[in-house]
Amino acid sequence: MSVAEPPGRSDPSGRGSAFSGATGGSGLTIVEPLIFDASRRERRAVRFPKPSEAARAAAAGQPELPASARRRGAPRLPEVSELEMLRHFNRLAHLNHAIDIGFYPLGSCTMKYNPKVNEWAARLPGLAESHPLDPAQLSQGSLELMWLLAELLKDISGFDAVSLQPAAGAHGELTGMLMTRAYHRDRGEGEQRTKVLVPDSAHGTNPATATMVGYETVTIRSNERGGIDLGALRGALGPDVAALMITNPSTLGIFEDQIDQVVAAVQEAGAIAYMDGANLNAILGRFRPGEAGFDVMHFNLHKTFSTPHGGGGPGAGPIGVSARLEPYLPAPMPVLAEGDPAEVLANAWALRSTPGARFELDDDRPKSIGKVRSCYGNFGMFVRAYTYIRSNGSQGLRTISEDAVLAANYLRVRLHDAYDLPYDRLSKHEVVFSGRRQKREHGVTTLDIAKAILDHGIHPPTIYFPLIVEEALMVEPTETESLETLDRFVDVMHGIAEQAKTDPDAIRRAPTTTPVGRLDEAAAARRPDLRHTFRDETEASMA
Amino acid sequence: MSYSPHTEADRARMLEAIGISSVEDLFADVPAAVRASDWQVPPPLTEQEARAELARLAGRNRIPEITFLGAGVYRHLVPAVVGEIIGRPEFATAYTPYQPEVSQGTLQSIYEFQSLICELTGMEVATASHYDGATATAEAALMACRLTRRGRVAVSAGVNPDYRRVLETYCSGPGIEVVTVPVGLAEGGNGTTDPGSIANLGDDLACVVAAQPNFYGQLEPMAELADAAHRIGAQLVAVVEPISLALLEPPGAYGADLVAAEGQPLGIPPSFGGPYVGLMAARMGSVRQMPGRLVGATRDAEGRKGYVLTLQAREQHIRREKAASNICTNQALMALAATVYLAAVGPEGLREVAELSVAQTRHLAAALEDAGLAERRFGGSYFAEVTMRVPDAARRHAALAEQGIVAGYLPEQREPELRDTLLLAATELTTDDEIARLVQALGESR
Repeated sequence: MSVAEPPGRSDPSGRGSAFSGATGGSGLTIVEPLIFDASRRERRAVRFPKPSEAARAAAAGQPELPASARRRGAPRLPEVSELEMLRHFNRLAHLNHAIDIGFYPLGSCTMKYNPKVNEWAARLPGLAESHPLDPAQLSQGSLELMWLLAELLKDISGFDAVSLQPAAGAHGELTGMLMTRAYHRDRGEGEQRTKVLVPDSAHGTNPATATMVGYETVTIRSNERGGIDLGALRGALGPDVAALMITNPSTLGIFEDQIDQVVAAVQEAGAIAYMDGANLNAILGRFRPGEAGFDVMHFNLHKTFSTPHGGGGPGAGPIGVSARLEPYLPAPMPVLAEGDPAEVLANAWALRSTPGARFELDDDRPKSIGKVRSCYGNFGMFVRAYTYIRSNGSQGLRTISEDAVLAANYLRVRLHDAYDLPYDRLSKHEVVFSGRRQKREHGVTTLDIAKAILDHGIHPPTIYFPLIVEEALMVEPTETESLETLDRFVDVMHGIAEQAKTDPDAIRRAPTTTPVGRLDEAAAARRPDLRHTFRDETEASMA
Repeated sequence: MSYSPHTEADRARMLEAIGISSVEDLFADVPAAVRASDWQVPPPLTEQEARAELARLAGRNRIPEITFLGAGVYRHLVPAVVGEIIGRPEFATAYTPYQPEVSQGTLQSIYEFQSLICELTGMEVATASHYDGATATAEAALMACRLTRRGRVAVSAGVNPDYRRVLETYCSGPGIEVVTVPVGLAEGGNGTTDPGSIANLGDDLACVVAAQPNFYGQLEPMAELADAAHRIGAQLVAVVEPISLALLEPPGAYGADLVAAEGQPLGIPPSFGGPYVGLMAARMGSVRQMPGRLVGATRDAEGRKGYVLTLQAREQHIRREKAASNICTNQALMALAATVYLAAVGPEGLREVAELSVAQTRHLAAALEDAGLAERRFGGSYFAEVTMRVPDAARRHAALAEQGIVAGYLPEQREPELRDTLLLAATELTTDDEIARLVQALGESR
């Protein structure tokens, strides 16, 4: 699908037959069969050499694969030519919306531009071909990069130590909460502290994480201004509380303007203050959670630091911690074993290596919670994030947050005539509207509005989240969208609000220009079809 | 470098619309007591400076001229077409397919991925991906605990030591006990897990986790391990290597209940440990306890086929504290790499890769034995990695590394019992000449 220029529909019969010579639709309307449908016996793409004479001869004296361990019948992978498979995946690509194609104001996800120089860097053979278990003397560049990135993240967040190991934000949460528990256990309070406090506006990952660590979640209500209710928090805090997990700015896009009192209250109660760093893009250079007294925070490198989201990953979820949690960080940690840290940093900032500096992986961490992932984390994401932070530099990082917040507030004031704004106050990087007026007055739901947005070549905002906003529309424009794009979005949203009054049925029918219309999700869950059924399986089941 | 599109005039227009005079006012809600102090982040770089810096770091690595290192991460040919597809911005710069109408490319490719993983493993359902093989293994063990309502897990010492560490970390969360099933590592042992030892593990065991091939390259008696686990009401979690499944019996055929794997060998470069892709597969009857995303096929109102995220009532954004796992972001783009890889090599290519890897590993073992430099540590059979007894292994491994030759992995780093052994891997990329050079260098290091 070309989102910029919505094509018509011409193949209502179902997925066409692109492989049988037809284009499977017309123009840019592409319907694409499964790769399995293209499979023809003996068709090949990549070929490999035959084993050499020497290899064959040598095998004679070595044990064979025992018959009992051997597979009967080859796996039915598709047999396709290289061009056919390339076209298949390229045609699938055309069915996606993406940042590089159009506006993607998906709240909470920070869909900013992913600079291409970062991709260039991650593909450098010296980094991409580096094996994680190579002896450290062969991996000094990878280790230095990890050490430098951790130093930068410490500085940006105000924390005392950083582990890069967690592979995603939720994985960082898990790591942070396991450390929380290790800390309390070490102090003899492991048994007594069984509860984790989570505001009602939190991401679902927060309570799910608490459960994975064996904690009970206690929900704290928000106040009428959208912040955490300080009275409710104080009432819930006690000797049985292990931690508060709080997102700041919150999922409402609001900075907790009593955050200093929140942190103080948590610390007074002997609990750990966990900050969900999903929304760090709003506060670079303005608020450093470690400095403000938080004990632990995860970063989402795929949000704030522009590593591509990849259709749902890979991400990276490093965590920063205060000194009291540092002993519990996952092992191993990249460390500067020989050399002066200040000198190594100064040289790296000047694009120079430091003679005599030596990095290694420190696995001798007796209080560590252990490993949370094989090797050291999603290294390719570290390369991209490091490139991004160095490219932007000190002023660039500050500008990111300024422009992200500016854009969100601009949309707030431009759209709050057309859509309800339950928390009408200064926002940070995102703003949460409500479609309740459209629903009540015209029977047009937020889901309908989202689908109508699709027909304008724009990805809809996050919908129905946070849960405390009825018919929520959570808009995060990011700093990389031009004023023209923001203005066009405003026009589209005004147009939809108008159409909700004049022709609500049209909105309820949307989208009409996408490769498929609204899909029957209830049927998908009722009769799960989660993999391709091969023809002989169908025949077998019919016989 | 700044990626901001805004001119000063743009900013002024936005400030005016908001009704404030400066960007400072946008941060008035940050309490004065906790406003950020200065940081030491260095000044910005132009693109050519950023490239110079990254080239400097890449240049500080020394990619070995010759390597026999595997130990869970394998160097295979990555067909050019894989990089071409996963570099496409429509895949790389999209997010989780929450709006299926404009995400059919991602969704259909995940459905194809799930189908391919089911076909390789002989299982009925596969997830959309996990962070890596280690976390997939840990999540599979936790899933077995939910399915059996039991709270103990047994793991073979033949499972990758990194995976075992991650498994222990994950199990420490809900307080699940992890017991280790020993492997015959002693001199003259067979290097495999004894199915007879399972019966004594108690009747409150949720699962047995075992790897095929195991970390030391040895082929495990998986069917016997499955039977032994089932006899005490436990599940078998099979940790497999995907390329080996071209030749080895799929876990679905030997009675595995859950399968976990590292998908890195399927078209993903080593990249110093990630990003990779965790694979997980199960029986359909267990699907509602699976962690992570699943894509299913359905239709729209006009009857057109399409794909959606499904069975989301298992997941954190719906179920919150009652979810099967907290996983949200996974490794979608790496799952796409594996999908493209499997389509590019097809059944014949995958068999060729596996057979060449098996043949060159035997060539390597035979060459070292014939030169009198090493002997196989274990009896039984191995796949494409072999544990060799080599006198003074640690010193010689280090000496060869200085010459740019990585003589495999040193098991004694984690397993003192395997002192003076090397774990050596060969793949289709290993040449006869590289084997000859290893033999020569190892000979000279005596």
